[in-house]
Amino acid sequence: MDFQLNEEHLGAQEMVRDFVQKEIGPIIKEQDRKQEMADFILPRMGELGILGINLPVRYGGQGFDYITLGLVCEELEVMDSTLRVVMSVHMGLNSMAILQWGTEEQKQQFLVPQAKGEKVASFGLTEPGAGSDVAGMTSTARKDGDEYVLNGEKMWISLATKSDHALIVARTDNEVDPHEGLSAFIVELDRDGITTGDIHGKMGVRAGSTGWIAMQDVRVPEFNRLGEEGEGFKIAMSCLDNGRYTVGAGATGLIRASLEASINYANDRKAFGREIGKFQLVQQKIAYMVQWYEAARLLYLKAGWLKNQGKRNTKETSLAKWFATDMSFQAASEAIQVHGAYGYSDEYDVERYLRNSKGAVIYEGTSEVHQLMQAGYALGYREDGELRKELPAYDAEYWQAEA
Amino acid sequence: MKIVVAVKQVPDSAAKVSVENGEVSWGDAPLVINPWDEFAVEAALLLTEEHGGDVVAVSLGDEDSKEALKHALAMGCSEAILISDPSLQNADTQAVAHALAAAIQKVGDVDMAVFGKQAIDGDNAVTPVQVARVLGWPALTLTSKISELDADAKTLKVERSIEEGRQIVEGKLPAVMSVVKDFGEPRYPSFMGIRKASKAEIPVWSAADLGADVPAAVVSWPEMSNPQAREVSNEIIEGGSPEEIAATLADKIIEEGVV
Ligand SMILES: Cc1cc2nc3c(=O)[nH]c(=O)nc-3n(C[C@H](O)[C@H](O)[C@H](O)COP(=O)(O)OP(=O)(O)OC[C@H]3O[C@@H](n4cnc5c(N)ncnc54)[C@H](O)[C@@H]3O)c2cc1C
Repeated sequence: MDFQLNEEHLGAQEMVRDFVQKEIGPIIKEQDRKQEMADFILPRMGELGILGINLPVRYGGQGFDYITLGLVCEELEVMDSTLRVVMSVHMGLNSMAILQWGTEEQKQQFLVPQAKGEKVASFGLTEPGAGSDVAGMTSTARKDGDEYVLNGEKMWISLATKSDHALIVARTDNEVDPHEGLSAFIVELDRDGITTGDIHGKMGVRAGSTGWIAMQDVRVPEFNRLGEEGEGFKIAMSCLDNGRYTVGAGATGLIRASLEASINYANDRKAFGREIGKFQLVQQKIAYMVQWYEAARLLYLKAGWLKNQGKRNTKETSLAKWFATDMSFQAASEAIQVHGAYGYSDEYDVERYLRNSKGAVIYEGTSEVHQLMQAGYALGYREDGELRKELPAYDAEYWQAEA
Repeated sequence: MKIVVAVKQVPDSAAKVSVENGEVSWGDAPLVINPWDEFAVEAALLLTEEHGGDVVAVSLGDEDSKEALKHALAMGCSEAILISDPSLQNADTQAVAHALAAAIQKVGDVDMAVFGKQAIDGDNAVTPVQVARVLGWPALTLTSKISELDADAKTLKVERSIEEGRQIVEGKLPAVMSVVKDFGEPRYPSFMGIRKASKAEIPVWSAADLGADVPAAVVSWPEMSNPQAREVSNEIIEGGSPEEIAATLADKIIEEGVV
């Protein structure tokens, strides 16, 4: 057992912390108010290598491990959830799926530009009529010669209007069990028949982009199909194993942000002649935030460690995501309480933390879905079958070699 | 071009520095690369990016100083060297300058030695000039820009940011240069650089390795104390319109003799 982070981990963490403090800190409030994602963010994250952090150097990435991905997500979300959302969809839900399921040719064509940050990636699973019930989706992909023709609408898609490639899941077969009839496609969003738009009026992640992708007779070559026909549900679930990891790690950062803000305020604000941090009821809130932070961090680091080892981690990742997101909502709420009326205004960051935290309790499996999963494992109702292709274990030598 | 950049490990600028029992303390604040030295590293890297060559980072200090060197490596320096020796424990700036100058000579064929404007711990701001003196090189301090550099003819023209304004200075290489902020915002360490730095074995040169005569310290610090606490008072200026408040404020400022 070794709890020590290595120099690479610490260096990457510090670099990302420095980046967000210098470049995002000064503008985040304004972007959140304007409900706009700043244009420079995605290219800058690409240029700095963040968008390819844990992908092998041979595919244009930076060659760091899965734990580093978690640490990076934590640092990003200490600043704002929208930055971590980028990693959840671009890396967790899309790029890592290509690494896991893609052919060598697909990796060259799609993964390399994504890892370099030249192309931004998103993930289209949810539809207006189907969220938790993935197999209830109605988007279709009809085979026509050596192409597929896609129709349908994807809703609540992060970076819908900002990304270049989307991993879209659609129904290829109506005759079989709904879970067996889905397939996954990498779709370039400049193809004919695609329209995208942003959703406004969200409660949180306002400095980010969430939207929809509508597909009308969109022709996609067979080459773009990820995995085999009918494998879409399994692929989507494996994507979530990685997306949820980034969400859990990020929510851990949000707990830290709430904790740090509360400590600063409690040391500063005076009531009844002393700092409010001297009151035991305020201390209790701080103590709980410390507990939530430390526990959430251990849970995501364990999931990251399992990924490094190449071990299946659906159960551990689900637990890390569920716990961290629920606690990040609670921590932000308590942080507002510590701040009193000031916490209720956007002069302080904590109200933004609360608004941002709620989304992650809903996406990538609602907390209810994670409860069902955890109970399912515990009661023996649920078991993870082997996948045709597993996420590759982190092998430093392979990851860091040029080719 | 071969450039040596000198970096120092110092307490973080956010640290609360105080004197306790006659000793300077920064509590448990982390040690970081001197912020001014990050500008020096940036300047050195920009120069080699334009004119070709390598940047060697050098630090004098204990094992902790390897962190500052690793930061410099992660930013893009190609080599790092630590100068460490028990005899340098209480070195003053002159002794440090002799050791650094000897190291620069040992590196060999150096065209330029780049320093930050000053270190935020001692705030002496004399090491670059002292190093120049020992080496017999021109000292181009407080440089904000290199307007011309001819690596073959070994000449350069720089702009200095001084209190009175901007000064254009011509010099010859090899030279010692200290840089100010205007040179350019320091880059973040790159991920590849972070990996390189984490794997780097940093050589340690002792005073004997340097083969130089490092003079004994001539400056000592017989007494240190905290600065006197300043009395501060606040006053909120009330008034109807912003114009009225501004007029009252202006009167106050004149009355207090601030302007
Ligand atoms: C900010 C944001 C970003 C998003 N980004 C993406 C994205 O990039 N890509 C993407 O594909 N999707 C994205 N989503 C969609 C998200 O994944 C879905 O909202 C989520 O899966 C829940 O689906 P739903 O909203 O349709 O809710 P529903 O599934 O309709 O759920 C409604 C409620 O019913 C409960 N419920 C449902 N089924 C059960 C059950 N079996 N047992 C108990 N309770 C149940 C749920 O827990 C929830 O409380 C995003 C959502 C948000 C808010």
